[in-house]
Amino acid sequence: MDILSDPADMSAYVDGFMWVLKLTLTSAVASFILGVILVGFRVSPIPVLRGIGFLWVSAFRNTPLTLIIFFCYFALYSTFGLKFSGNITINNFWLGVVGLSVYTASFVCEAIRSGINSVPVGQVEAARALGLTFMQVLRLVILPQAIRSTIGPMGSVLIALAKNTTIVGTIGVIEASSVMKGLINDHGDQVIPIFVLFAGTFAVVLIPTGYLFGWLSNRYEVKR
Amino acid sequence: MSAQPSVLYDVPGPRARVRNKILTVVFSVLALLALYWVYLQFADAGQLDADLWTPFLEATTWTQYILPGLLMTLQAAVVAMVLSLAFGMIFAVGRLSERKWLSVISGMVVEVFRAIPLLIMMFFIFFGVPLLIGEPVPAFWCVVVGLTLYNGSVLAEAFRSGIKAVPKGQSEAAYALGLRKSAVMRLILIPQAGRLMLPVIVGQLVVLLKDTALGYIVALPELMQKGVNDLSANYGNVVAAAIVVACIYILMNSLLTLLSHYLERRATRNVPDDEKAKAEATLAATELTAD
Repeated sequence: MDILSDPADMSAYVDGFMWVLKLTLTSAVASFILGVILVGFRVSPIPVLRGIGFLWVSAFRNTPLTLIIFFCYFALYSTFGLKFSGNITINNFWLGVVGLSVYTASFVCEAIRSGINSVPVGQVEAARALGLTFMQVLRLVILPQAIRSTIGPMGSVLIALAKNTTIVGTIGVIEASSVMKGLINDHGDQVIPIFVLFAGTFAVVLIPTGYLFGWLSNRYEVKR
Repeated sequence: MSAQPSVLYDVPGPRARVRNKILTVVFSVLALLALYWVYLQFADAGQLDADLWTPFLEATTWTQYILPGLLMTLQAAVVAMVLSLAFGMIFAVGRLSERKWLSVISGMVVEVFRAIPLLIMMFFIFFGVPLLIGEPVPAFWCVVVGLTLYNGSVLAEAFRSGIKAVPKGQSEAAYALGLRKSAVMRLILIPQAGRLMLPVIVGQLVVLLKDTALGYIVALPELMQKGVNDLSANYGNVVAAAIVVACIYILMNSLLTLLSHYLERRATRNVPDDEKAKAEATLAATELTAD
């Protein structure tokens, strides 16, 4: 592939995927924390919190990510003046992280919640009948099983997040898809190699990741 | 707001009830304070000014911007839905084929298109393909083809796990009756798989409907382009427009989700419980609707 023979193109390619990686990792951490808080809301015995959790999940899960990212830039930043950094790229990066995280957190929340709900009520009742406290039930009975059945769905959420980071290109972070667009503009005679390179990079990383999570989730599956 | 009993908590006793009531009051106050803070932010930024919101009371706003955009979104979504259902069906059957070359190729197609971000696909079709064929690709077909390849691949996997979840006795009985392989697939397996996988299928259609918003990036005049971009260019109310359009998306997708719950109940009312449980286990294992 002579497309990467030019060092400038090579570094654009590497930078593009570095942004994808940074966006993915940062948003993964943020959305995991937010998702755990949300799931706490959604399963709590307090109706107000359940309501907030429900509203959050149904609002963000049903809004296109493109619109959320757009909102982060044009509303949070341009209108309400939310600013993370004087550097415009860094600032847009964090705005993208906010958008990706609030969106992804709703999927994390639902993945964990379905994991918790997969624990049969009988087991928990048995644990309580034995005199285990709430924390003991959570630590010894619910979470070990819930976490195992959450592995597969969490893998899907992570892979979806990695692909979704390309949408942050719309607010000026030069990630992989923006780099690809630029390269296609510059090298109109090498459209196919460029596409194969970018699509292939995603495929080479994400397909094995999918298999890894599939294997893990089978390996730790709770046999019932 | 699901009030179904959680596995986490016992039925509350008197003390827990009092505690829950106190916490309800505390968190209600906190939630109201948070809402008030949001209100203050809007007021400070001048986003509550009447002239930003009154355009939504005028008929022309709807007839010139929102409704044409909505119509384009629905057109793209419906065409892509039909095409991706067909794509999914073909590649699911292909991947289950006993001909090795066919199943390997179908498997590769499905795996690869699931792993490529939709935007990469759309940029290739929109900016790359015109250079190859020498004429522009309309934004509509760029969005529809991109959506079809991605969602079709996801649906192929849904159909495949659905077909595998149909009890073996069903196909064995059909073969014993003398049906051919194609007839077993067409008459016995696919109808039952579609039924078992209905929640996943409709869930994926919600994803598809949401993803039509990517059309905004290639300037397709769909809901986000018309209702947020063009509308706010005219009235200068980008925040208000984004909120209104988000509400439309949320409403449409919630209706689709409600429809899927209804169809699920209806379609599985004659399915034995153990089969339903098995299908749910397959669903949980695949969990395909994650984006």
